[in-house]
Amino acid sequence: MMNKADIVIIGAGISGLSIAYNLAKKGQKNIVVLDKSHFLAGATARCGAGVRQQWATELNCLLAKKSIEFFAHANETLNYHRDIEFKQGGYLILSTSEEEDKQFEKNVKLQNSLGIPTKHLNKEEALKIVPHLNPDSFTTATFCETDGHVNPFLMSEAYYLAAQKLGVVFHFFNEVKDIILENGKISKVITDKMEIKTNKVVDAAGGYAQDIGCMVGLDIPVFSENHEILVTERAPKMFEPMVMSFSKNIYCQQVPHGSILMGRNNPKAKHNHDISSSWRFLDEMAKTVNHILPEVAKQRVIRTWGGSYNISPDFQPIISDSSVEGFYIACGYSGHGFMFAPITGELLTEIILGEPLEYYAKALHMDRFKDMDKIDREHSVV
Amino acid sequence: MNKKDIIICRCEDVSLADIHEALDMGYRDFESIKRILRVGMGPCQGQSCSHLVKNEIARYNKVRPETIKIHKTRPLVSGVVLKDIAESDDDE
Repeated sequence: MMNKADIVIIGAGISGLSIAYNLAKKGQKNIVVLDKSHFLAGATARCGAGVRQQWATELNCLLAKKSIEFFAHANETLNYHRDIEFKQGGYLILSTSEEEDKQFEKNVKLQNSLGIPTKHLNKEEALKIVPHLNPDSFTTATFCETDGHVNPFLMSEAYYLAAQKLGVVFHFFNEVKDIILENGKISKVITDKMEIKTNKVVDAAGGYAQDIGCMVGLDIPVFSENHEILVTERAPKMFEPMVMSFSKNIYCQQVPHGSILMGRNNPKAKHNHDISSSWRFLDEMAKTVNHILPEVAKQRVIRTWGGSYNISPDFQPIISDSSVEGFYIACGYSGHGFMFAPITGELLTEIILGEPLEYYAKALHMDRFKDMDKIDREHSVV
Repeated sequence: MNKKDIIICRCEDVSLADIHEALDMGYRDFESIKRILRVGMGPCQGQSCSHLVKNEIARYNKVRPETIKIHKTRPLVSGVVLKDIAESDDDE
């Protein structure tokens, strides 16, 4: 049997799901989503479940703000029978030096100018929000009360079920092996189980987005890197916001379920598809959390895991068409694909359907990396 | 006995009825069911529920239980390689 589709989306993670849903909602028919493994095998299910708007670039602030506006009503919009667990407990970001505080001053000004209600706090004010903080571990902080948490599994399921209701077809355990071009245009997608005739492909393959790009001869300037994370057993409620520090290299939040998630990056991580767990992470993570949140360090860790960050040169996503006709890209989220998923689906749908784009959406094009001197780098990243 | 009263995952309070509902919805492998229901994600990390869930999946899919893959075990339950600990301080 020869399968046909108007659009094939590669990757059933949060980006692919949001794109599929948004396309279908606008009336696009015959959408097929392919995934090489089971439901949510990739980075979406491995993320830290935080959603924040406190960024250092205008672009990231805008993407985050628009996404949070969607999360706030996602249960009703998607008519979801469970709860995506959207909780606005805020993000408390700690500064540990004068230099960092100066940068935060700029960030807050930018965020406020875009309507994001971040406040610059002194130590006493921060301690009122999270009394468990070690007062000697930071100097000042910023706090945005409308940042927070969404359950990645359930948010994904909400999109998945809504997309299915609109007629989107999903094929799991179908690994894309090749994409065939004819006269420079997409003509066919070949998986390890089937072939699908199509003229349009969306690369939403997360950690494997670069590899998919190579299949059509595109060198997407992204790479993948393992970021590890751990979870504790359920604890009585200890603190509301995500606590984060770029200089101390930690993010940590207690999710509604009661368990506490925390992660940090490994500056020596290699550029590859590794997602294993290391002792080094456990060791460093334990020491960092013990320093900043000693009460949290009294909890028992029950599991560690890793996931791929797909990193772009400016730590902002690529959401664009490409020089290959019919090939669209949503990748390079640099660790923030989950929290930007709602706007990802909306923007890529506009791009695919040829609708007029807002000014900021044009800035997400892959072509911005042709002149690396001009790019606006995001620094607020763990 | 009511399926709602048969607890499969004691850590996360998941019943047999929940498992059957997930299977009916189309989640037919352990990892997918885990993501929706949290089976195997609690303190015991699936040491009590994984074989019960595996049998339910096998029965539903009409295949032999040994063909069903259970969830991935991770540290700390899966143990830690000594070399990994020994080399964790290396600063090369």
